[in-house]
Amino acid sequence: MSQSSAPPTAAIRRPATTPMRLGAFVNDATVRAIFYQAVTFAAVVGLIWYLVSNTIANMATRGMSAGFDFLDVSAGFNIAFTLIPYREGDSYLRVFQVGIANTLLVAVIGIVFASALGLVVGLARLSTNWLIRTLARWYVEVLRNTPLLLQIIAWYFGVFNLLPRPRESIALGGFMWLNNRGAYFPAPVPQDGFETVLGALALAVGAAIAVSVWARRRLRETGRAFPAGLVGFALVAGVPLLVYLALGAPLGWNWPALRGFNFVGGFSVPPAFCALVVALSIYTSCFIAEIVRAGIQSVGHGQTEAARALGVKPSRTMRFIILPQAMRVIIPPLISQYLNLTKNSSLAIAIGFPDLVSVWMNTSLNQSGRAIPIVAMTMGFYCVVSLIVSFALNAYNRRILLRER
Amino acid sequence: MKMGVSLLMAAAAMLGLSGAASAQQTLEQVRSRGNLNCQVGLPTPGFYALAANGTWSGMDVDMCRAVAAAIFNDPSKVQYQSVTSAVRFTSLANGESDMLSRTTTWTAVRDGQLGLEFAGVNFYDGQGFVVPRSSGITSARQLDGATVCVLTGTTTELNLADYFRANNMRFTAVTNENVNVLVETYLGGGCDAYTNDKSGLAARRSAFPTPNDHVILPETISKEPLGPVVRHGDNNWGDIVRWVLFGMIEAEEMGVSSANVTQMLQSPNPGIKRLLGTEGNVGQGMGLPADFMVRVLRHVGNYGEVYERNVGANTPIGIPRERSLNALWTNGGILYPMPFR
Repeated sequence: MSQSSAPPTAAIRRPATTPMRLGAFVNDATVRAIFYQAVTFAAVVGLIWYLVSNTIANMATRGMSAGFDFLDVSAGFNIAFTLIPYREGDSYLRVFQVGIANTLLVAVIGIVFASALGLVVGLARLSTNWLIRTLARWYVEVLRNTPLLLQIIAWYFGVFNLLPRPRESIALGGFMWLNNRGAYFPAPVPQDGFETVLGALALAVGAAIAVSVWARRRLRETGRAFPAGLVGFALVAGVPLLVYLALGAPLGWNWPALRGFNFVGGFSVPPAFCALVVALSIYTSCFIAEIVRAGIQSVGHGQTEAARALGVKPSRTMRFIILPQAMRVIIPPLISQYLNLTKNSSLAIAIGFPDLVSVWMNTSLNQSGRAIPIVAMTMGFYCVVSLIVSFALNAYNRRILLRER
Repeated sequence: MKMGVSLLMAAAAMLGLSGAASAQQTLEQVRSRGNLNCQVGLPTPGFYALAANGTWSGMDVDMCRAVAAAIFNDPSKVQYQSVTSAVRFTSLANGESDMLSRTTTWTAVRDGQLGLEFAGVNFYDGQGFVVPRSSGITSARQLDGATVCVLTGTTTELNLADYFRANNMRFTAVTNENVNVLVETYLGGGCDAYTNDKSGLAARRSAFPTPNDHVILPETISKEPLGPVVRHGDNNWGDIVRWVLFGMIEAEEMGVSSANVTQMLQSPNPGIKRLLGTEGNVGQGMGLPADFMVRVLRHVGNYGEVYERNVGANTPIGIPRERSLNALWTNGGILYPMPFR
């Protein structure tokens, strides 16, 4: 805090043996630094204490209840989409968990789509083909320069709310139905023996990792390459499939069926979810595209020329020479984009998707009236998630940093 | 060190800012401010409608105007605050609004735990459903499996869940805090039914492109006593709002209206004399002049006038009053003002 306190120098610091007078004590830089630190610390603690006690006192005078006792109370309202089981009689704490699960679902799916789309558009921006390059540029410029909230509302009202009614649902490939109530898929129902398939999958993933580690070492020691990716893929896809077939396909499907007002059964997501994920992915992909483009352009063209001179294939040049160096430029701003997407998912409230802000900070707050604990919990959640994402990607960033030998 | 000092200064600034308003002085605050901060909802025909020229009108708006008339002898001295239902109580509790007049249901939890005080009931309502006529649905019991549009953060949201649970039916909720988004979703076919208080349904339906293509189902699934709300703790302020409301109902019962209030000042009837302040002084204890009801009646009118003007049978909303709960107790309703003495 007290950054202006000068570093102690030999001239100021007295030898410990000299008896200390008051003036000397006051003039001692270390003592002064400690003093200011203590005063600042006391002021911060006092301020927080004052704000908290002031809030509690004011809420008490106004007859408003504070505290977290309401978390056990039954919430009593319906939530349109829940990733984890929820019924009307469940507690407010459960509503909080439902909100977190929904928010994380949107964030994870959004990040995956935004990254894939962003990478493709970013590479397209650098294409030698004029049409592809120009289209990518328009995509970025138009979508990046309109407000996200408007895009979400436009996707909701302009696309997903205008889909046909359930009776005229659009069937996609015979296993997915789209209508203005949402998207419907068959839901997998694990049967006896499916755990074995999952076990086989875990083993196969472990084996694939081992193969890749071994292949890398062999490459380093002998210079001979081994198709570890291909073998790994064969392991991960093939082994569980064989076990699955050997056990007699122990997985049932719960197919959605049109009954009464709408499809019943299967797995479904509401239109608001589709609108939110599409809008968030597309909007964020524009920024990611620019980050990818900038990252690639930051690698000097000489690198490419040198690789070509050595006879390295263009695909390998990109994979082993350009991208690893570009990643160092890409990762830090990419972290911000992932965090932005996560936090922007709270705009779901505009179209009524039950994310954390919608079910917790809006519905629950209003039904229970506990504004302060609820807002504090919501802020705490976003803060923790942002810090975790930031920590993970920073750790990755540190790993790929240029290591000078 | 500089940073430490600026932190201290920030702390001092916040200390100065955070003096809490005492609960007992809403009337003085309103007087010294020169207007009443009255919270209404997002524009809704009949209750708090917003005209193209920016003026508000409706049942609940007239409640605000009546209180302003009682205090200032001028019903226009109201600052309307249009707030979504989700943040209405916070906005009242933290002092942004002096009162809330916006089809809010009186419930035990709201009264007891949210730091609110319900001043009375100006409209007895119940929750219902509206469905497209083409759906062929004639009863709420046929809604099993339906998708229902509902405002979030309302009692309707809870009643809806209760009703379907009690009848062992399933539903999917489409929720939003913005009623306009919900209505747009309903009209676009995004839900099979839209639920709200029946008065609200009638009001909304009147603004649909083709109101006759939609029917309000006969079932009433809840009690919704709607009325003005004030902050808990300022009893005098609550009394003012409560007795302005009772006074308007009492006036109708006694046949005093905006048209005849001036003649009625000469009335020998002791009840009318007390109401209009020509005998006794009901207003004194509340910090209002003796003739505060004369001001209210002259500028706004009695309850019956307010009802007929805003939601009565001759308006587009057309909620008949005869034989409904909102008729006077003398006419078979349950509107029963406490004695004005």
